[in-house]
Amino acid sequence: MSVLHIQKFDRRRFLQLSGLTGSGLLLGVSVTHSDTAHAAAETRVPSTLAPSAFLQVSRDGIVIYATQPEIGQGVRTSIPMILAEELDVAWKDVEIRTASIDATRYGAQAAGGSTAIPRSWNPMRRAGAVARAMLIEAAARTWNVSASECRTRDSEVMHAASGRRMHYRDLAEAAATLPVPDADTLQLKTRDEYRLLNSRVRTTDGRDLVSGRPTYASDVRIPGMLYAMYVKCPRIGGKVRVANLDAIRSLPGIVDIFVLEGNGDLTELKPGVALLARDTWSALSARQALRIEWDEDSAASDDWPSTLAKARELAQAGGDGATGSDLIAERGDVATAFASAKKTLQSTYSYAFLSHAQLEPQICVARPLAGGAMELWPPSQTPQRAQTVVAKLLGVAESNVTIHPQRLGGGFGRRLNNDVACEAAAIAARAQAPIKLQWIREDDMTNDIVRAGGLMALQGALDARGRLTGWRNHQITFSPDGKRIVSGGTLRAEEDFAPLLPAVRITRSVLPWSSPCGFWRAPGASAFAFPLQSFLHEMSVAAGRDHLDFLLELLGEPRWLPPANAGALNTARAAGVLRLAAERAGWGKRLPKGRALGIAFYFSHTAHVAEVAEVSVDAAKHISVHAVTVAVDVGPVVNLNGAESQCQGSVIDGLSAMAAQQLTYRNGIIDEKNFDRYVLRRIGSEPRIDIHFRQSDFPPSGLGEPVLPPVAPAICNAVFSACGQRIRSLPISAEGFSI
Amino acid sequence: MQTFEFIVNGQQQTVEDVPADMPLLWVLRDRLGLTGTRFGCGIAQCGACTVHIEGNPVRSCSVPASAAVGSRITTIEGLAAPDGTLHAVQEAWLEHDVAQCGYCQSGQIMSAAALLATNITPSDADIDAAMAGNICRCGTYVRIRKAIRSAAAALRMRI
Repeated sequence: MSVLHIQKFDRRRFLQLSGLTGSGLLLGVSVTHSDTAHAAAETRVPSTLAPSAFLQVSRDGIVIYATQPEIGQGVRTSIPMILAEELDVAWKDVEIRTASIDATRYGAQAAGGSTAIPRSWNPMRRAGAVARAMLIEAAARTWNVSASECRTRDSEVMHAASGRRMHYRDLAEAAATLPVPDADTLQLKTRDEYRLLNSRVRTTDGRDLVSGRPTYASDVRIPGMLYAMYVKCPRIGGKVRVANLDAIRSLPGIVDIFVLEGNGDLTELKPGVALLARDTWSALSARQALRIEWDEDSAASDDWPSTLAKARELAQAGGDGATGSDLIAERGDVATAFASAKKTLQSTYSYAFLSHAQLEPQICVARPLAGGAMELWPPSQTPQRAQTVVAKLLGVAESNVTIHPQRLGGGFGRRLNNDVACEAAAIAARAQAPIKLQWIREDDMTNDIVRAGGLMALQGALDARGRLTGWRNHQITFSPDGKRIVSGGTLRAEEDFAPLLPAVRITRSVLPWSSPCGFWRAPGASAFAFPLQSFLHEMSVAAGRDHLDFLLELLGEPRWLPPANAGALNTARAAGVLRLAAERAGWGKRLPKGRALGIAFYFSHTAHVAEVAEVSVDAAKHISVHAVTVAVDVGPVVNLNGAESQCQGSVIDGLSAMAAQQLTYRNGIIDEKNFDRYVLRRIGSEPRIDIHFRQSDFPPSGLGEPVLPPVAPAICNAVFSACGQRIRSLPISAEGFSI
Repeated sequence: MQTFEFIVNGQQQTVEDVPADMPLLWVLRDRLGLTGTRFGCGIAQCGACTVHIEGNPVRSCSVPASAAVGSRITTIEGLAAPDGTLHAVQEAWLEHDVAQCGYCQSGQIMSAAALLATNITPSDADIDAAMAGNICRCGTYVRIRKAIRSAAAALRMRI
């Protein structure tokens, strides 16, 4: 542990203890990571080697600035590891600090689409290599030897011939005076030279997390801050007509109450009533007495039971000629493929609307500054975007909005939108006081930007040799305006194997839905993998074929599918993970009656993932998932420990979502307002999760999302093999199954 | 409005001007600045707010502060020894690198510590029962179970 690190710890510990002594007074000050980081990041001294914004090496220590929001996917550890590998620094010597959101210094920062690692891979490697070259050159000049005779390891430059060695800390001042080399001229490490990457490194901040130190936006406290709540219409889009503001204003602990009109964008600032109190409980208590009459003329009237019935009718009608159906892709002679088929099948699958249900409810501290400026501590997956939307909302320049990036208590896509930052900024601006806006769980569930449900009506044709020769998919999805498909609801032709099949027709019908929908962990894939990979199993069963053979045949010759670049599906990589998962799970082994294996593959976020589930099913339709074998090709693994953790968590999350999660809308009102009705999986009966990586030199993929999509189809395929019942709805509780 | 006295993490605390029905969670977070105890659901479903009252794990979002008056309360900030030595559960959480987002982990650790305070040879069923009140949205249950087993083994070694 570096000296700096100890000093930081002591300071925080001191502030924490001083907070303890304050009874009833707000003595706490903001002690988030980012505050110390910001001050230091802008400080430059000549004796510090800082060839890029990501790194500072000085006599005091080695600091790597962690970019990209940490939402539990481990990037505060894995991204700095990439730099540290090329720098050849001992991990124990590294202090991690949080980068500011300044795009000119650190580039784009966002946690979404499993892109943080792929985006950071080359910039971090190059930043590490440049600094290492300068440290070597500094040592070589000090020793008057050739740089080519010098080597590095564990934060030291070594000269083998003379046995001399110097620590980076002692070389920093000399290195800082040297010209910065062009990264293109430097040789980056090859995979066999890695010492830190692909090893198991523990989470940065682990000690803070287990000790309950201030870590999240939820924990930020600033002097004089008021505790705010913002009450919105239970039916999204409703406006405040009248409210008993005067009665509430006189209640104990209430400081202020006012109406905000909203800015017309339901994903930024909805209309509502803002309550400001001296503590959270006073706001919550007053809220119980708040009576608001809503103008619901333009409020959402989404209704899932009736919409589902309508969607099933559309699915039955089929994509060809159905009212309003759009053609997504067509290839080959589909009509002939079906007319000449030995066997055809059709099935309709559905999947429910889902909540993100990140465990930290939405929250944001905001402080108005002079001249209309604003300072915010939002839990955002897109902090740079938060700056943009808040500036627009307040009508000030972006430079007048300061965002302190926070560690997030979960994201899952919910916090790609910055509605809570907009609300906090609007309330703080109106009150001209620092505030902490706290959403309660009921706010979070009913104002989520949800994962859209949908249906797929699938048809398949088999020839006499049991090969898949024709495929039709009629997808039912949603749109708020009849034009723009909801986020995460668009099926891409290549995602539905169109390039793999000789004859395929993909169509889409769109139903109206006005409550905002958004990206949920593995958008698209987390919904589509279940129908697509389940129906493929229906086809192989109908053909009397082994499902692994059937899938491998479908993938065919090794090649890239369109768009045929390193971000596309590669059939050899797909077959590789399928074979690996099957081999490690003992595919084909004999199992007792009522117990079986199921396999599924999915490609998403440039990762190739196959999973085999081993399940048994009892007479009461209870599924025991004994084991899930996960085979992953994400190119090189960065942090093996973090990668395994993401795989484990994704399997559990997949189980949790498929078992019983759904949002039921009735006339615009969501039934599931808290965890008593929206069921998140608890501890108990976790499957054995075996994880295998097929590593390669392809560019790395992120791993926060792609392991989730194959979970449901692998399990449902196994359920069919175990008991002969095909599950075609998620959650499976809709068909009487439980896990 | 009332004045409450508690012993929080070994220190006598007097909190003035508190609404009589204010849950312990908000006294800890808003009045005492102990933000390590976290809010998740407000209805004792998720366990993020778990603290110990006289050694028993409770969901502080659903316990009125008035019910804890005069009691010894331990929060995550007070689980380590006064000299900073971590509790065996905290050590095991680091060893197995349990946390992903980490938001639920204060509550998970407090529930696990309460279990091991009375049972250092917990079965899987014991662990399931003791941890049933704590949700981890990231799905870290595999590591939570391993960490509890490690902590139990460490505590047995100390006997």
